Amino acid sequence: MTEEIIIAGFGGQGVLSMGKIMAYSGVMEDMEVSWMPSYGPEMRGGTANVIVILSSERISSPIIRSFDTAIILNQQSLDKFEGSVKPGGILIYDGNGITRHPERSDITVYRVDATEEAVRMKSPKTFNMIVLGGFLKVKPVIRLENVIKGLKKSLPERYHNLIPVNEEALARGMEIIREK
Amino acid sequence: MERELRLMKGNEAVAEAAIRAGADGYFGYPITPQSEILEYLMEARPYQTTGMVVLQAESEIAAINMVYGGAACGKRVMTTSSSPGISLKQEGITYIAGAELPCLIVNVVRGGPGLGTIQPAQSDYFQAVKGGGHGDYHLIVLAPASVQEMADFVGLGFDLAFRYRNPVMILSDGAIGQMMEKVYLSPQKERSKKVPEWATTGKPPTRERNIITSLDLDPKAQEVFNQKLIAKYDEIREKEVRYEEFQCQDAEYLLVAYGTSARVCQKAVQLARVEGLRVGLLRPITLFPFPTARIRELAGQVKGMMSVEMSAGQMVEDVMLAANGKVPVVHFGRMGGIVTTPDEVVENLKLKIMKV
Repeated sequence: MTEEIIIAGFGGQGVLSMGKIMAYSGVMEDMEVSWMPSYGPEMRGGTANVIVILSSERISSPIIRSFDTAIILNQQSLDKFEGSVKPGGILIYDGNGITRHPERSDITVYRVDATEEAVRMKSPKTFNMIVLGGFLKVKPVIRLENVIKGLKKSLPERYHNLIPVNEEALARGMEIIREK
Repeated sequence: MERELRLMKGNEAVAEAAIRAGADGYFGYPITPQSEILEYLMEARPYQTTGMVVLQAESEIAAINMVYGGAACGKRVMTTSSSPGISLKQEGITYIAGAELPCLIVNVVRGGPGLGTIQPAQSDYFQAVKGGGHGDYHLIVLAPASVQEMADFVGLGFDLAFRYRNPVMILSDGAIGQMMEKVYLSPQKERSKKVPEWATTGKPPTRERNIITSLDLDPKAQEVFNQKLIAKYDEIREKEVRYEEFQCQDAEYLLVAYGTSARVCQKAVQLARVEGLRVGLLRPITLFPFPTARIRELAGQVKGMMSVEMSAGQMVEDVMLAANGKVPVVHFGRMGGIVTTPDEVVENLKLKIMKV
């Protein structure tokens, strides 16, 4: 099993940390993992993306140009990465601020309105966990118990009191994700 | 002993491994894509635990000369930088090689020439392997292909540096520096209290003064010294060649690649084998000394070789020298910070070597 994922959005949306939690969860699942962030001018221009690979085998290149799954959190990233999803792959996006929606018919498109849901839950910071929940619903590559373990590993101890609200966010994401 | 499992960036792994390897001092100056090494060490504050010095110098040139000073005192010292910064360090590096001092230098390579790009490249092969600075000298060059090797080669690098009194370079790249992977960390090693007999730490009454210099104005004496260096490099060539083979036993075509490119090529080998093409991969782990003998041997077995590098073609010259005209040797690579894909490698292997 190999799952090649790109997560892309604005800096500050928790793109890199979502990838990190995925990677840590993969380690808990005893998988091989790699986490490769965009660095430099892209980040400085306000957009951030990270490639996460989860695999039962040794991972070859951490930098790839086509993906099984794209998790897209803003319009710029949708424009940039919609074409990079492998035929038959999936694209998950948050509809907030999106004016041109995904158009491809050879992939499965899911929408998870996490920005809206996070506001409703009065915890905007759990936005990325709602998205992650949505992903895990449609691609259950990691067991939830290992995601919680990954969360604990990747969050500094002083934030461990926030784990229950993050768990709740994961569950919400699983509920609200819809196929387009 | 139990090794600790962590998820770390290659850069962070270098920093943590340096502390654990019992390094005495780190001297650096920030540059993308390797600034996390200095940042990690500053945050870890090993000067409060193991006593390891961590210092941000005023420039790369200052940093390498601090390394020169520390090494002259017999300490396990290191510096890290990325391509433009490593160019600045070259004067210091040739002096250290000329003074026969041990130290560790890490180059997290980015694309060039000049300021180039901050994205990963392998275009500093010539500089690392063929000299970089002036004069007849070699570094021992280790090429990690994973975060695990970034960590492992720190301790190995120090050991080789002291065994041969020679600077060692870890030639990495922006991809391996920036990515996170699983890494098993070695337990903390104590900093060595042993003072090498050549170290300039003050003259006891029991021996003559130690002198550390790279200068000898007497041509005869200088030539004798050059010959001594050559003998040392020959010994290194004989004893320290390291490489890894992947599906070479029955290979008809051979890919040669190191670091990030080797990972891409491993996937390329798998893709080619699915198509029924018998392709193998030789991954040099040491770039100096180069696995010349093994490549020469494989030249008697395969129909052609392709060196895959993120450069305009540098290591390919050493592959050609090794193959010695027996089989065609070509280069394929992307530049400018672009990492090649496994598909491109297979496609170019067919095009350039198999002529299909």
